[in-house]
Amino acid sequence: MADEATSNSKAVANAHSHGEAGASAGTAVIASDAVQNPGLPPHRKRVTDLNPKRAKRAERTVYTLFYISVAGSLGSMLAYMFFPIESGELWQIRLSTLFIGLGMALALLAIGVGAVHWGKALMADHESIDVRHPVASDEETREASSEIFKIADEESGFTRRTLVRNSLLGALIAFPIPGITLLRGLAPQDQDPVTLLKHTLWDKGVRLARDHGGAAVGAPIRAAEVTIGSVFHVVPENLANAEDVLNEKAKAIVLLMRLDPSDLKVSEERKDWSYDGIVAYSKVCTHVGCPVALNEQHTHHLLCPCHQSQFDVSDEAKVVFGPAKRPLPQLPITVDDEGYLVAQSDFHEPVGPSFWERLK
Amino acid sequence: MTLSQKKAGKSGRRHPLATVALVAIGLLVTGAAYTGFSQTSATAEVDWPTFSQDESNITAGEKLFGANCATCHGLEAEGTDDGPSLIGAGAASVNFQVGTGRMPLAFQGPQGMVKPKQFSEEETLQLAAYVASLAPGPDLPDAKYLDGSGDVSTGGTLFRINCAMCHNVAGAGGALTEGKWAPPLTGVAPTHIYEAMVTGPQNMPVFNDANITPQEKSDIISYLKYLEEKPAVGGLTLGSLGPVAEGLFIWIIGLGAVIAFTVWVTAKSN
Repeated sequence: MADEATSNSKAVANAHSHGEAGASAGTAVIASDAVQNPGLPPHRKRVTDLNPKRAKRAERTVYTLFYISVAGSLGSMLAYMFFPIESGELWQIRLSTLFIGLGMALALLAIGVGAVHWGKALMADHESIDVRHPVASDEETREASSEIFKIADEESGFTRRTLVRNSLLGALIAFPIPGITLLRGLAPQDQDPVTLLKHTLWDKGVRLARDHGGAAVGAPIRAAEVTIGSVFHVVPENLANAEDVLNEKAKAIVLLMRLDPSDLKVSEERKDWSYDGIVAYSKVCTHVGCPVALNEQHTHHLLCPCHQSQFDVSDEAKVVFGPAKRPLPQLPITVDDEGYLVAQSDFHEPVGPSFWERLK
Repeated sequence: MTLSQKKAGKSGRRHPLATVALVAIGLLVTGAAYTGFSQTSATAEVDWPTFSQDESNITAGEKLFGANCATCHGLEAEGTDDGPSLIGAGAASVNFQVGTGRMPLAFQGPQGMVKPKQFSEEETLQLAAYVASLAPGPDLPDAKYLDGSGDVSTGGTLFRINCAMCHNVAGAGGALTEGKWAPPLTGVAPTHIYEAMVTGPQNMPVFNDANITPQEKSDIISYLKYLEEKPAVGGLTLGSLGPVAEGLFIWIIGLGAVIAFTVWVTAKSN
């Protein structure tokens, strides 16, 4: 039988010859000391099979677990009734959710544990072998199905009418295009996204104001209020009038610090960008845009909490550690007639992480 | 087989959960005792304006300073290579640094840390009076800002804008660079929170009264005290440390439980 099968199909042959001596000619190595199949280990009976008392105990455990589940379900319902959230006090919410959740967890867990324990300890304990069959269909079925494909091809003319076929393929390829086009709708419609990324609300004469959270803008900051070692979280004063407040704020946030002027290393072209030791830097990390605001007064380091980039405020916010590649952009500031800090211009480079058109 | 198992069942006098219960009781007792011991009263019972003007207190402070601080800060508090000048540091700075046990430093390191206090409250205030007498500086806060009666909502907003990036949104503290850290703010006396904002101790920046007004500082303190007292609705906070602690918990305890169940489900019953 094995020889006959070999001549017909290799897959079938392999399956048939499994466990027999008839490996295909040429590749067979007859090992004289081949490992003998040890067979199955002897069947070991469970204590519940041997000892009726233990079986009884396992049965008790299983139904007790199911009763516990019932108790959990009812308990959860009772918890809802007896721990109502009426006054809105936080401890009430905590009690309510805690006991409802505990009841539900107990209900489901006890069903699961009970069912598994039932199956393992009490249900019949047979060991049997399921023999694995070849995956491939027999020759006859395979020929029949390939015949069906041939007939379908002839009758539809899929390979003969090439124009029809190719136009169908074209239609299928064209179908997803509208979906891709619609992505454009996610970007601002009437403005160029690149211009939006490159410019912020800062401009000549815009006062530096305190960040009061969300869209709120606090009072503008006077230079005299910024004592040495101070740090202010700053937004442009005109933020409140902006059309898209939170998007504009996300680009324009600034950290204002005053250092001892003798600690500052200032390059020639940035000589008038600071005011008496007061410096302002973009708070948006140049790595992936987290707010960099962990400011150390004496080391003058700014730490980004997301990926541990560190910037040296005393040295024009140069990167001293971490994945960021560029210094934080500096906002050139000065003081107006009334003593308030104002911007001299927008940032001289785009804030935040890189984008393709950044340097164009 | 059944006999030996019966024997084992009888001889096991201790309940299997006894160890767990014992550990739990031990932890509870230790925790309770620790909380009891670490309660510090930082409220100044003395009348500070008269106390700080009293010559005898300033002299006593000067003596304490000479004996305990002058090695690093200089005999006239003018500063040395090992410690900054304290002229103009103010009473608030001294009360914070000495009152929390940070000063005198145990050793030179990235950051002075909280230790058991080395001076009594009176001695701390005498030191503060001496340093305050050298030059004007931030004074001790007014008691009306420290009673936690401020606006919790405003305090929360200000805390998230100015403090949360280092001290964590729940005031649980966090890591800084090169071995420094922002300490947790739970269990810190209102006086010390206020003084830290005004003086900017160690690497913390200064939040002067023009930046955050005394009333706003009081709001922030109220918010922190509210955070401390309110029950955690979400259950176990794991120190409110965020994704690291929560991830560690779920990877070890959560996944451990899943693996234990899998082993149990697939193991052959005996």
